[in-house]
Amino acid sequence: MRNKMVVVAILVSLATAGCKPVKEYQKMYLNDSEMELSMRKGQKFENNFQLYREGSAGANGGKTGGGCGCN
Amino acid sequence: MVRIPIIILAFYVSILNAFSQKVDSAGYHPRKLKFEEVNFVSGYYRQDGNNAAVTGGVGSEKLTDLATTFDIKLSKIDARKRINSYDFEFGIDTYTSASSDKVDPSTISSASSTDQRFYPSLSWSRLNESKGTSIGANASFSSEFDYLSIGAGVNAFKDSKDKSRQVGVRLQTYQDFVTMIYPIELRFRRAAGIEPRDTYSATFSYSQIVNPRLQVLFLLDLAYQKGFLSLPFNRVYFKDNTVDIEKLPRTRFKYPASIRVSYFAGDIVILRGFYRYYQDDWGLTSTTAEIETAIKITPFVSVSPFYRYYTQSAVDYFSPYREHSRSDRYITSDYDLSKFDSHFVGSGIRVISPTGVFGIARFNAIEIRYGHYNRTTGLVSNIVSLNARFK
Repeated sequence: MRNKMVVVAILVSLATAGCKPVKEYQKMYLNDSEMELSMRKGQKFENNFQLYREGSAGANGGKTGGGCGCN
Repeated sequence: MVRIPIIILAFYVSILNAFSQKVDSAGYHPRKLKFEEVNFVSGYYRQDGNNAAVTGGVGSEKLTDLATTFDIKLSKIDARKRINSYDFEFGIDTYTSASSDKVDPSTISSASSTDQRFYPSLSWSRLNESKGTSIGANASFSSEFDYLSIGAGVNAFKDSKDKSRQVGVRLQTYQDFVTMIYPIELRFRRAAGIEPRDTYSATFSYSQIVNPRLQVLFLLDLAYQKGFLSLPFNRVYFKDNTVDIEKLPRTRFKYPASIRVSYFAGDIVILRGFYRYYQDDWGLTSTTAEIETAIKITPFVSVSPFYRYYTQSAVDYFSPYREHSRSDRYITSDYDLSKFDSHFVGSGIRVISPTGVFGIARFNAIEIRYGHYNRTTGLVSNIVSLNARFK
């Protein structure tokens, strides 16, 4: 678990270390609908069956519990 | 089965009429409730395998599910210029399950051999753009033959001054009720009834714009469940060939963490990555890695092939058919909780048009996705889904 947390901490550091301010007029690519940092509505049922068929859930914008079979 | 989408489409048309914007010669009324969009999402899922939990880890897992949801988003600007958004959703699933008929093989329909699930929900959010804050709340309800779920949650988000970072927290609960339907041969010594299952979760999020082409999102969930966490109709066979129902602990603590990345490479390729690590106190750990590449064929049409790899360890209480001992305190032969790897591969195609897809005004976007899933336990499934958006 500790090793995993170290990996996550390194990823966070790398991702944020090179950050630079982005002006509104520079957000042409970021504002593209394909760049959304969330599951799309079309993925809703894919996430749903994975929730049922796999033992883990959460941290993906979906449910972490609730509903029959959602362990 | 075809009737449901037709009814929903008819409902959609009536909603469009109700909220269609007319030319207002009297002037602009910013505080009027405004129609934002309608989404119609439908999916068909089919699976087969040979490790049904109802029959103790052996037997057909054949299952089909036709799911449809319909949501309407409305917004209104209040007196303090805050944007209030309202999202109403209604969903219905119709499913058939071969294994569920084995709960009581003498009946045509037992626990859920053929069943429907209804799940309406409502969410509200209020965005204060001048302060860079957003708050929200949601309520949900889900009902099927042997299961009832009531959900509620609140959330809050705060942007940095330059809007390059956002932190957020979500608190969510589900208060569920499991109807105790036992396998037919085990009913004589058990009372029927209803058992509660409660879930409480907190989600912490942090998103960051790294540069004009790259942004990341970190998510941490802490979830606690208590109550009846087994399923009463799942059988477990012991080494001596006697049988009992699944027994799992009455509490479970889960802590998954994930990172999601979006990167615009060149002018036509968008890479979307997802990684998750999960651990809980039942001994299950899992890793999920997913990559999706959206390729813009034109500014309005994109194709998105994707691949997802998932691996998990078994929970401490899992053993296959006839491998449990009578002395085991907790027992399950549910292969969803066993050790396995899975692969999910497929593609989607999305068409977005501000002037209307196929020339139909208000038909803003359509996406069709297909995915093929296989698990090292032998379970194989296919899913196709459709999302149509109207603005």
